[in-house]
Parts: sequence; structure tokens; C-alpha cells
Amino acid sequence: MGKRDIGGPAQPLLKVEQLVKHFPVKGVLGKRSVVRAVDGIDFVVHKGETLGVVGESGCGKSTTARLLMQLIAHDSGELVFDAMTVGGHQLPLRDYRRQVQMVFQDSYSSLNPRLTMEQSVAFGPSVHGVSQRESLERARDLLGRVGLEPTRFAGRYAHELSGGQRQRVNIARALAVDPRLVILDEAVSALDKSVEAQVLNLLLDLKDNLNLTYVFISHDLHVVRYLSDRIMVMYLGEIVEVGPAEELFAAAQHPYTRALLSSMPSMDPSHRTLMSPLTGDPPSPIDPPSGCRFHTRCPHAEAICAQRKPNLHLTGEEHYAACLMVEPGAGHSQSPSGVLLLKEA
Amino acid sequence: MNEQPMVAVRDLKVRFKRGGKTLSAVNGVSLSVARGEVLALIGESGSGKSVTLRALMRLHSERSTTIEGRIDIAGQDLMSLSRSQLQAMRGPVAAMIFQEPLLALDPVYTIGQQIIEAVRRHQPLTKAEAKAAALEALRRVRIPSPEQRLDAYPHEMSGGMRQRAMIALALACQPQILLADEPTTALDATVQIQILILLRELQQELGLSIIFVTHDIGAAVEVADRVAVMYGGRIVEQAPLAELLNNPQHPYTQVLLGTRPKDGLHKGERLTSIPGAPPDLANLPDGCAFAPRCPRASDVCRSQVPAVEEVIAEHPVSCHHWNQTSVHTLREHHS
Repeated sequence: MGKRDIGGPAQPLLKVEQLVKHFPVKGVLGKRSVVRAVDGIDFVVHKGETLGVVGESGCGKSTTARLLMQLIAHDSGELVFDAMTVGGHQLPLRDYRRQVQMVFQDSYSSLNPRLTMEQSVAFGPSVHGVSQRESLERARDLLGRVGLEPTRFAGRYAHELSGGQRQRVNIARALAVDPRLVILDEAVSALDKSVEAQVLNLLLDLKDNLNLTYVFISHDLHVVRYLSDRIMVMYLGEIVEVGPAEELFAAAQHPYTRALLSSMPSMDPSHRTLMSPLTGDPPSPIDPPSGCRFHTRCPHAEAICAQRKPNLHLTGEEHYAACLMVEPGAGHSQSPSGVLLLKEA
Repeated sequence: MNEQPMVAVRDLKVRFKRGGKTLSAVNGVSLSVARGEVLALIGESGSGKSVTLRALMRLHSERSTTIEGRIDIAGQDLMSLSRSQLQAMRGPVAAMIFQEPLLALDPVYTIGQQIIEAVRRHQPLTKAEAKAAALEALRRVRIPSPEQRLDAYPHEMSGGMRQRAMIALALACQPQILLADEPTTALDATVQIQILILLRELQQELGLSIIFVTHDIGAAVEVADRVAVMYGGRIVEQAPLAELLNNPQHPYTQVLLGTRPKDGLHKGERLTSIPGAPPDLANLPDGCAFAPRCPRASDVCRSQVPAVEEVIAEHPVSCHHWNQTSVHTLREHHS
């Protein structure tokens, strides 16, 4: 299957526009309410890059992954894959799913226990019309590529493999339909550290060899920094900051990103973290705070933050943050007063 | 150490019977923790770190578990205690906190009721006195508006708050040693650091000894004085925190630290990785459990368990080849 690069290298591989997903829940005393899991997010994934997505539980990162994969339908918004609307007549869902694949956190529950590893990997291509023989051939080739000797592993079942080996199979299965975009949802989080390193190295090799694009979702900032070209930070269903990985680590613009970064253990016993950057837990996405959703925990919050919702604002090359303190004339005492100031900085 | 240690474990072995198989979870662990010292036990899943910790309170089911070795806690020989003596010990001498407070706390009682029950079980207090003690316990773990939280059920609290409540419960009977089993693993990053700082502050305020089990070296660095690294049911290396970070001797410790370098992982660099997976506890190799994955392994490693040698003062290592090249300089191996 040749890779159909339609819009050329400058065209984003995936463009997400105003994506919204709310889940209805039954609250106390039968009161209905909604979890605003993903609440109007816009971002792009460039061809050949790794976009890291970080955030705490309830921030919507896994819902975003499932929406990108179209495992669940969005309430509103649009996904545009290489200039074609997903689900439109140019790119029906079935064709889209062949180009986008996903690897999940739980390597065991994401494999069919009654299929051998070779059958698991071959299943995707045969669904998409590749002959049985060719599918199996491709499966064996891929098992070899992910470091599982096909003669030893092809006939085994999921319970006969270790967690690291199963995750390799899941990666092989995702690659079996020759996708262009692979979504890795906490794909290494359940692995032991010594095994995690093997799988990360494998992911890097595969990306180079097969010309892949990754969306890498994780709560582990170390790993995200290691793998990503750009990083997107989410908080309560919204994007608070997105920018080039190293710049985000060196000069985070949003107070939440800064708090997240300084919550990382220091690894230096002579410089232990003395003060916690934030107090309390993230609020519930069922009834998120008004205005800027972070204002209830933000050390710089002012009255305006509870009223006015910040928009993503350009703060550097390809670097955006949604905070009134970077938005000119937004009314926060630290907001830049006009466009001129931004230039000086 | 001239003073008697708070916890002294000698040659601890724990085996489980599971469906006809025998799992050798802990295979000769010796350790000691001084009064007011924090020891971190780090290792991967199946390394025996949690099993060791639970053995210190004899929490394993007696029917399916064999425990050998000697455990002394606060001068008492744990293995010789009767059931009622054990119960008297749990709480006032040693207390434990767990990874998942929602499972460890009773869902049908309020936090206040649970703390009051624990306090009154060990001390002759009136209800009002016990309630005051419970309030004090919640205040100590810096729970906001503790008066209201006394009447809250576990499910009404957030994850970080529940973990604080569990710590309050554990400390309510003023134990001398706190056994912490991955207490921050299930928490979000910004909450995890709050709990780590809280544990460190409480340890200093109360002069507690803590054994802190974790798979995350980063968490250990925030709280520990000393670190013991476990693999395949044995301690492979033990050293004061800074010494272990700066001068690791065991190849497994070196690999583990390589996954989390001090200045962060950098894009483009390849990670130090070793082939294979942690050993099967039902079928441990004869010699060193790490030998099948070790870049230094030789014949002696595959046949003999290495002795624990104090290679540097206060820095025991269990490796036949501890004085060879660091694995960082070796080329990567692939299976």
C-alpha cells in the first residue's frame, strides 16, 4: 500500500477543529449533568512529527485519543485528515481507520485471548481486503520488526507473553494496515522501567523506518519530553498550552504548565522540592470553573480570570498559551498592554 | 549504628502456594531501619518489595504463605507474636498506608468513625476525646476544613484528600514506624508532590521511621535517606541516597537510573536498555536472578547467587562483577 500524501509536506496530517465531546452522567438524586471531557479543542498534527499530549486525570487526553481514532463520535467539531474531512465522501470512516491506528495502555485486554499473535496482527489487513496468505506473511514480517522472532512467537497466545512482549504485538498490529498516524495512549505506562526503555527505542526506530507520525499521550513528562517534537498540555477538557518540546520545558508560558513541570521529582537529593507548586486536586470536569478553568488553583488568579475565558494566544514560534497574562489587553494586571510589548519581549 | 534499629530483618524468605506452583517472592532479604530513618525499597513489579513490606506486619494469609527468617520491630520478635499481640502492635507500633485509599478505607463508615474506632481500640479514651484526636489527626495531614471532613465518606473525597485521610488514620495511634506501599503511584503529578512533601514533613515532625516502597526513583529521591534496590526477591544494592545515585555498582541499578537521568531524557539519545523481562518467580534461575538480562553475566553468575558484599562503607552490593565497567558504556544488547 503506497502512502498517499495528498496535501504535500506543508499540509498538516491531521487538523482538529473545535472538537467537543460531553458525556451525560446521572448525578445525585437523578439530576442530569454532563462531563465536559473535551470542550472545544483546536490543534494540528504535522506530517512526520511526534505530538506529545500531557495532563492529569480528567483532562480529556484519553477522550481526545478515542475521538481522533473515531472510536467514539464527537458531538461537534471537525477532523480533517490530509485536507479531507473525516467521515465525508472523500474519506469515509473505513478508509480513515486504515490510516490511523492506536496502541492502548493495557496490553492484555487489547488483544483477543483466543487468537494467536500472528492471527491478531493479520486480522486488520484481512478485514481491509488483503488476502489471508498475504496478511499472515505481513504479520510475521512485522513481528520480526518489533523484535519478536516469528518462529517462536507467531503461534503463541496473549497469556503466554510478558507485558513488554504483548505491547510489541500491539504495536505490530497497529502497523499491519500500514497507517500514517499512530496514536499511543499511555502505551508504555504499564511497563516496568527496564522494559519501557526497550519499547521506546523500538517506537523511535519504527517511526524513522516507516515514516510515521505519532500522537503520544502520557502522564509521564520525562517520556513525553524524550519522544516529542511538540507538546500539548490539557486541563479540564481544554488546551492550555502547546509548543515545541524543548521550548515548553525551558520557557513554559501557562502557570499550569509551570506547575506541572515543577511537580516532577527533582532527582537531586540536595535540591528536593520544598514547596508544592499547587494545592488540592484538579476540579471535576462535570462542573468546571467559570472563565479560565485553572483559576481556582492558579497562584496568579485575579477577579477577571473567573469571568473571562482565555484563548490560545501566540507567544513564540509555534508556541501558544491560553492565559490572560499573555493576552494583550486582557485585563489581568500582568497582561501585556498592547501588541508592541509582545514585540519587545 | 550504636542504637537498636527500629526494624531489623534477617534472611527473610516468603513463598506463596498458587495453584500447585510455589512462588518464591522474597528470597533472603536482610535490612535494617534506624529510628527516624526513611528507607526506600525500589524495584519493578514482582521484585518482592511489597511482599517484604507486608511481611513486616504479617499481613499475608497464613494458610498459603511460608515465611522464614527473623523480623524484629521495635525490639519485638515479630514471628513469635500471638494473634492478639500482633493486633496490639499494628497501629501503635507500626502502621501501613496503601496505594489505593478507596480500597483501603471502609466505604460505609465516615473518615471520622474509622479514625475514632482505631484510636479507641488502642487507647482508653471517651468518645469525645477520641473525636478530638481524630480531628487532630486530620489537621496534622493538612486537610482543609477538617471538622467537616470528619463526617465525609471516602467516596466524597478527591484522590489526594483520601490519601491524606489514610495517612491520618495510619498516624492516629502514633506509630513509630510507617510502612508505605506505593502511596503516591495512583495520584496525579501535582498531587503526588504534595503527598511526598507531606510525608517528609510528618516524618521530621514526628521522628518516624518509614519504609517507602515504590517503583519510581523520582519519588524515592524526594523522601528517602537510604535506598535498597530489589530484583527477583533479593536486595541487589543498598546505599545512602546520594551515594546510590552518584555511584551505583550493580548493573541493574545502573540500568534503572539510566531510564531517569538527572538532567532529564534528551531527544535523539538512545536509552540504555536491557533485553528480556523481570524473572518468573515460580521458576527463578539458579544463580543471580538478573543474570539472563545482564551484560556482564558469566558462568559463575548463572550457577551461584552472589554474596552481599560491603564494597564501600555502608554500600552493600550483591554482584559477582560489581567492580567491572558500568553498563552505560557497553553497547546495547538485543535479544
